[in-house]
Amino acid sequence: MRHRLFAHAYWLIGGLAIVMVLLPVMAPGAFYLRVAALVYINAIAVIGLNLLMGYAGQVSLGHAGFFGIGAYAVGLGPAVFRLPVWASLLAGVALSGVVAFIVGRPILKLRGFYLAVATLGLGLLIWMFLNNQSDLTGGPNGMQVPRLVLFGWRAVGTSTWYWISAATLLFAAYLAINLIDSPTGRAFRAIHDSEIAARVLGVDIVRYKLLVFVLSAVYAAVAGSYLALFDGFVTPDSASFLRSIEFVVMAVLGGLGSVFGSIVGAALLVVLPQALTSFHEYEEIVLGLIMIVFMIFLPAGIVPSSLARWRGRAA
Amino acid sequence: MSELLQFTFSGLTVGAIYALVALGFTLIFNTSQVINFAQGEFVMLGGMVTVFGAAAGIPLPLAALLAVVVAVLFGVALYRFAIAPARGASPVTLIIITIGASIMMRGIAAVVFDKNFHGFASPLGDAPLKIGGAAILPQSLLVFAGVAFIVAALSIFLKRTLTGKSMLATADNPLAARLVGIDTSRMIEISFAVSATIGAVGGILATPIALTSYSTGTFLALKGFVAAMLGGMGSPLGAVIGGLLLGLIEQLGAGYLSSQYKDAIAVVVLLLVLFIRPSGLFGKAGIERV
Repeated sequence: MRHRLFAHAYWLIGGLAIVMVLLPVMAPGAFYLRVAALVYINAIAVIGLNLLMGYAGQVSLGHAGFFGIGAYAVGLGPAVFRLPVWASLLAGVALSGVVAFIVGRPILKLRGFYLAVATLGLGLLIWMFLNNQSDLTGGPNGMQVPRLVLFGWRAVGTSTWYWISAATLLFAAYLAINLIDSPTGRAFRAIHDSEIAARVLGVDIVRYKLLVFVLSAVYAAVAGSYLALFDGFVTPDSASFLRSIEFVVMAVLGGLGSVFGSIVGAALLVVLPQALTSFHEYEEIVLGLIMIVFMIFLPAGIVPSSLARWRGRAA
Repeated sequence: MSELLQFTFSGLTVGAIYALVALGFTLIFNTSQVINFAQGEFVMLGGMVTVFGAAAGIPLPLAALLAVVVAVLFGVALYRFAIAPARGASPVTLIIITIGASIMMRGIAAVVFDKNFHGFASPLGDAPLKIGGAAILPQSLLVFAGVAFIVAALSIFLKRTLTGKSMLATADNPLAARLVGIDTSRMIEISFAVSATIGAVGGILATPIALTSYSTGTFLALKGFVAAMLGGMGSPLGAVIGGLLLGLIEQLGAGYLSSQYKDAIAVVVLLLVLFIRPSGLFGKAGIERV
């Protein structure tokens, strides 16, 4: 059983890698590569959020805050602290983890919707700081982000960032799948099912909740810094409440508790608005309608519900 | 002193609107366990339909009534066509459905109306009244009166009418309510209708002061959610007090500390309250069943 679970995961990573390699060959233009890169970058953040929400059962409505920390780190690091871009990226990811560690302790004591509103507040605080400290961050107009340079090689252009984000997503998915199947992952799921039962069984729930919160913040910060480096600029929108909601929608639409679902959810929500531009002013109506219809007919999320249906038919 | 009074007036005015949104959240949450993120859209519809109805020549009171009817139709449709078919889905799935509905309603408002800001003149005029050195708009008094009326009417509805009692029973224990013959699905539908009414009235009352546009709903849903959690989810009293407090904190914070960071001050107060009382000010402490 355990062996099969592993095999399934590696098939998934392998299949994903093949799609990633074939896509640039088949895509008719750079625009498609750009959209694909955006899907991968969002998917990284959503996988992290899914570890927190889908596996450990802790809701966060403030993950764009961590995304924003990562995004602004690659802008502020070089501009204010004269750090190389790669070092700023690492510093931003570390800072995001540290912030999650510090606020996680008191916040994770809250449950359900109270945790949701506290994380929402945390995200708002980060957004307000970025939006209001105009002297530092450029305020609502945002700021320029320098190019990433590694050993004299400049990471510029759509196809470069396509490959960087694709490789990182593969690694992020691999890491998440392995974690879920480890004793730590089992502890997460035990907390999800019942905190009291988990504690009775000897799971250090405070420590594990904090661990998954920090981990999801790190995933979000990596994704945020990638987006800023890819775009060459960053605005406070990267940390906004709406973006936090977007991550949650991606995770739930694709399927909580499914790494592959996170990628599908990210793909759907990034591609749909692009595809719906032909509906012009009806775009929002159609987008909302699609979300409702998906959730009614695939209530556990696209991937888990489709799998369940397919298995039901096969049996 | 007059300064403090001024900030208090404006805080209570804003807070009264938040309170109505929070009250709408609470009613739906109690009967169905759904956090309805489309609650802010009812407020938006209330304001927008009134503005455009009045502009089309309908007398203001009739336009306001029409706005309530439209909001109720949307509320009932939301339950019947989006929430009820997903019965048995997890709370998170239902929340995403309400977010989808919120995006859809915003889109419909943008198409049917437009994307500009609108207001209408208060029937009480725009000349501010002087109370203790502070100025207050007559419309603010209308907002207070409206909120007081809604709270009183809701309380009578829930405690004195059979439908209201059935709603409370549904909120308390759905299975037991069904066993004594209450159509719980119908009660949830009514709670959506009542919440839509409350939201729309809030929108109508606020529009002469705060203006409205197709996109104001999201912001109000956010504030209403924070207010409801501050007061303690599930408690109607908590929702009203949470809303008023949130408005007060924002305005006092903006007046005395920093207008840029007034929302940040409110968030910090919210977090402090939750650290001390993890179930909000008036919420019941949760008991987990294993």
